[in-house]
Amino acid sequence: MGKYTQTLTELKAGLEQADFTSVELTEELLARISAHDKKLNAMITVTADEALAAAAQADIDRSGGKGGAMCGLPIIHKDIFCTRDIRTTCGSRMLENFISPYDATVVENLAKAGAVVLGKSNMDEFAMGSSNETSFFGPVHNPWDLDCSPGGSSGGSSAAVAARFAPAATATDTGGSIRQPAALTGTIGFKPTYGRVSRYGMIAFASSLDQAGVITRSAEDAALMLGAMAGFDERDSTSIDEPVPDYVAGLGQSVEGLRLGIVRQHFDEGLDAETGARVKNAIATLESMGASTVEVDLPNIDMSVPTYYVVAPAECSSNLSRFDGVRFGHRAENAEDLLDLYCRSRGEGFGDEVKRRIMTGAYVLSAGYYDAYYLKAQQVRQLIADDFRKAFADVDVIVGPTTPSAAFKLGDKVDDPITMYLNDIYTIGANLAGLPAMSVPCGLVGGLPVGLHLVGGHFDEGTLLRVAHQYQLKTDFHQACPEDFK
Amino acid sequence: MRPREFRPEQLVSLDKQQVQHIAMLARLKLTDDEYAESVAKLSKIVDFVDQLSQADTDGVVPMAHPLDAAQRLRLDAVTEDVERDRYQQNAEAVSDGHYLVPKVIE
Repeated sequence: MGKYTQTLTELKAGLEQADFTSVELTEELLARISAHDKKLNAMITVTADEALAAAAQADIDRSGGKGGAMCGLPIIHKDIFCTRDIRTTCGSRMLENFISPYDATVVENLAKAGAVVLGKSNMDEFAMGSSNETSFFGPVHNPWDLDCSPGGSSGGSSAAVAARFAPAATATDTGGSIRQPAALTGTIGFKPTYGRVSRYGMIAFASSLDQAGVITRSAEDAALMLGAMAGFDERDSTSIDEPVPDYVAGLGQSVEGLRLGIVRQHFDEGLDAETGARVKNAIATLESMGASTVEVDLPNIDMSVPTYYVVAPAECSSNLSRFDGVRFGHRAENAEDLLDLYCRSRGEGFGDEVKRRIMTGAYVLSAGYYDAYYLKAQQVRQLIADDFRKAFADVDVIVGPTTPSAAFKLGDKVDDPITMYLNDIYTIGANLAGLPAMSVPCGLVGGLPVGLHLVGGHFDEGTLLRVAHQYQLKTDFHQACPEDFK
Repeated sequence: MRPREFRPEQLVSLDKQQVQHIAMLARLKLTDDEYAESVAKLSKIVDFVDQLSQADTDGVVPMAHPLDAAQRLRLDAVTEDVERDRYQQNAEAVSDGHYLVPKVIE
């Protein structure tokens, strides 16, 4: 059996016991990517030379007793994280040839911990999309069914982890972009509390919602990797100065006595019945392990998608104004004047969905509309956050479905932005309120995976990881592997 | 869970002139085909988010930060190394350390 079948935690033990070296492991996974990625298109850039050099260094460090928590462990970075000397495209023509002059803090932290980077994963352009179809580099295919989407925007990371290209990948989540692709590929997707992981060097989409996290195959692996990524960073002005607990050490405690909140609206007619049945089954399993359930009311939660589609585009239109064709990024040829240079560089460099979001943002922020849309949305956002605050007075974790259904076919929703946006209907609330949340595989529907969604109180990452880990000790849904990638 | 129903009489669909104005504000040059599609799709999006108008938000303070944190300040000191040549490797048109743009002043 190849090493690729092992989790991050198992591989860590294997390296520690000198069962194999990081170079051997890295070579195996690079060969796997090279053999299988033509089917998936999960990778934008593979960094074989750099990975082998880092693996060799990790082996030396380990033998000298110097290795960090991730020493010699191979990972993949979503191509939204700036990597010094390796191109960072953000899935866009705009940044097709962009070489960042610095590393993102996440990249730096994981490198310090000894991680080996195999490459950069495909994604929806500027993380705007829920199917990976907006990428300039083409859609990613779901390893469970190549005709299906792996979700988005972190679809490259989720497909790569599901296909066993790497045991773990970084990802980012603005409205569900870690959790939705994790659910649709049968992987763990973890989005920490807003401010827990530094946003420095993570190309900005909507700064008050963006948060970096991980995609792995087990909760234990997510705990290991999150510990290496998280922490205060003075270079991110919204980074929160709170100590990072030892997430792995906290996994052992049982879920006995834990109060799980169930949101009634999350099981309404919008949810596919089979998906709902798997999720209810997962909740029943947690109850059998000693957790109790309480119904909680989030009266404003059905406003979360429209709220998001005002706040996120507004922030995106402001963040993406930096792309002017002058200092970096695509530059139009033969511009007539400066305005023409700006308009054509942006018109040519951005894809349809990105342009649509920039324009939506420009509209809701424009004179005469600001109060009716942007200010109003920030008020509704406050109401939604208050609803969560009240709910967490009575419960420890809110549980429900991650997505309304299993993976959909590529091309199915691409023509209707609203249908696509509604894919994130259960996940967006956590971003609006800045709460940690994760998706845990809880079964298959028609051969395709679906996820159990867990939302916790601010900085209560530990409880979410513990619930997921305890659940995974009782179940084996996370061990299912797509047939063609066994 | 479904978003609230739209009320057709309240639709605020955009026309081509408005979309041209928005595209100019956003500094985006669109092709004719893109305009046609943008009018249809942006109208849908604006109609969709318009359901926010039904929410009762009297006296609600707009959210400024999801954790109610205040903006952190730092000392007004130089903290970055300047590597101009390195940064300019990403620019398509530079000369003697300057970024080049089309002539602005006649």
